Amino acid sequence: MAVTVEPRVGSTAGVTASPSAGPLAGNAPGAPAPGGARVLRFSGVGLTYADGTPALADIDLELERGELVSIVGPSGCGKSTLLRVASGLLEASSGTVEAERERLGYVFQDATLLPWRTVAGNVELLAELHGYPKQQRQELARAAIELVGLAGFERHHPRRLSGGMRMRTSLARSLTLDPVLFLFDEPFGALDEITRERLNDELIRLFLARRFAGLFVTHSIQEAVFLSTRVVVMSARPGRIVAEIPVELSYPREPELRYSAQFATVAREVSSALRSDEP
Amino acid sequence: MTLLRSAPGGRDHVAVNVDAVTEAGLDPSSKRGARLSAGVRAPRARRSRVARLGPPAALLLVVLGVWQLVSSSLSNGQQFLLPPPWDVLTKGLLAQQAYSAILPAFGRTTELALEGLGVAVVFGFTTGAVLFRFRWLERAAYPYLVAIQAIPVLAVAPLMAVAFGYSFFAKGVIVVVIAFFPIPTSLLLGLKSVDPGLVDLFQLHKVPWTTQFRKLALPASLPQLFTGLRISAGLAVIGAIVGEQFFQSGAPGLGMLLLQYLDNVDYNRLYGCIIVSSALGIVIYTLFNGLSRRLLGAWHESSHIPDHNGARPSGRARERSSNASTPA
Repeated sequence: MAVTVEPRVGSTAGVTASPSAGPLAGNAPGAPAPGGARVLRFSGVGLTYADGTPALADIDLELERGELVSIVGPSGCGKSTLLRVASGLLEASSGTVEAERERLGYVFQDATLLPWRTVAGNVELLAELHGYPKQQRQELARAAIELVGLAGFERHHPRRLSGGMRMRTSLARSLTLDPVLFLFDEPFGALDEITRERLNDELIRLFLARRFAGLFVTHSIQEAVFLSTRVVVMSARPGRIVAEIPVELSYPREPELRYSAQFATVAREVSSALRSDEP
Repeated sequence: MTLLRSAPGGRDHVAVNVDAVTEAGLDPSSKRGARLSAGVRAPRARRSRVARLGPPAALLLVVLGVWQLVSSSLSNGQQFLLPPPWDVLTKGLLAQQAYSAILPAFGRTTELALEGLGVAVVFGFTTGAVLFRFRWLERAAYPYLVAIQAIPVLAVAPLMAVAFGYSFFAKGVIVVVIAFFPIPTSLLLGLKSVDPGLVDLFQLHKVPWTTQFRKLALPASLPQLFTGLRISAGLAVIGAIVGEQFFQSGAPGLGMLLLQYLDNVDYNRLYGCIIVSSALGIVIYTLFNGLSRRLLGAWHESSHIPDHNGARPSGRARERSSNASTPA
């Protein structure tokens, strides 16, 4: 049976918006979001590994609530390292990092689910680790599962889910604590293009509903431009920021946007910034 | 589907759900399909049981046949070496004199093996967990842990006789020493096999070590731990019988009976006793196998490794059973 599904999930209907969420949709692109508060600030951050390999050099970066910033760069340029420093998993060797880590969301390259727990059990995990009472964490998990479109799959174990559904579970898990700073480390890199585009739509929907500050690592220019308010281009190791390109496209973004002239212009700009760094 | 697509209200959620369904490659009607196939399940299940149990049963018959042939081809003076299977069954096992000795012995050996195994599991688990917690200790102790495994326990048995006397305790020590090592090594292997991404996740949320151990490392280590436990269980039975044979003290267990029957040239009962000893090993192994399946069945691949019956659920049967177990 061929199931034709309309891929548009752009509307925020049925989404429980966080109390402080203003109507970001249709904001003047590039303009600071209303009530935007800085949640991440890198100044002159460098990182050198114990064996002397430099990974990051002189990173200056700021991130506010209501911004979704993508980081692109050649592989091995320290994009993931940057996220690890932001999260506190790694300590910077120079410079200062200020980050709102009390409500931190982190989605890894793999779904990193506990294989012995069901979808519901996995989504409940973080609330459980933070000592929420059972009923409250079940409630949080239920809402998050609904939000990522996994209702009906609560009792499935990860090994019976597709890659896309595992990623949705992972997303739902990090959503339960309603993060203010949300880090994404190439979460959709391993998925096929169709699933990836669908999840991009969903991510935008979540972003509009929750208005977190997002830092999204990817090696896809398309994905970076489609999702973000701003694209940060990094150089090869040691990673430095070579360009910051604002994406002046309004939300909600429709899938067709990828084929528009405006989109192509920004993508070309990102691409040339990437190439400008090549020796 | 087309109907859902054009429905105006609440379309969002419906669309998302259908997305998820198609992503999983599941047909929403598969539940009905499973229910339908349940109707034709009985005969298929019977056939598959025949397919599963048939070959081993046939092989057993062949082995018994060869046994019978070899036994009857022996001259009268030699036949005591390999009595025919029927004699073993009737005279060696079912005769009142035989089972009245073998059954209590079976009980004693089982008790010895299980108690020794229990102690080995407690010590082994603690050792593994402590070595995991303190990596420097692991670096210091692991080489010895591996080396000590290579020491033949029987060579140390006389020393234990000196230390503990010819007691139940001494026999127990033999069992513990033999059954101990697979547990800490397999537990350590399992504890270290945790997905580093999950370790990061737990670290991000500043989870105390004990919680991380309980909710992450320990469950993740279960498949490897159970591999070790199954090996230990088999070794515990060997240890119990060897211990009984070395110390030959107290009320007789299977190990001592075996030697007695050997001395008395009572080969019917000797074979009967061997069969009961093997049964003990198989029962303990099966117990742990069943426990491991119960605990890991839902999520781990190892639960589908053929057990000693050689039973491996076919792809279709597995799919069916997992469908049935999940109320969607």
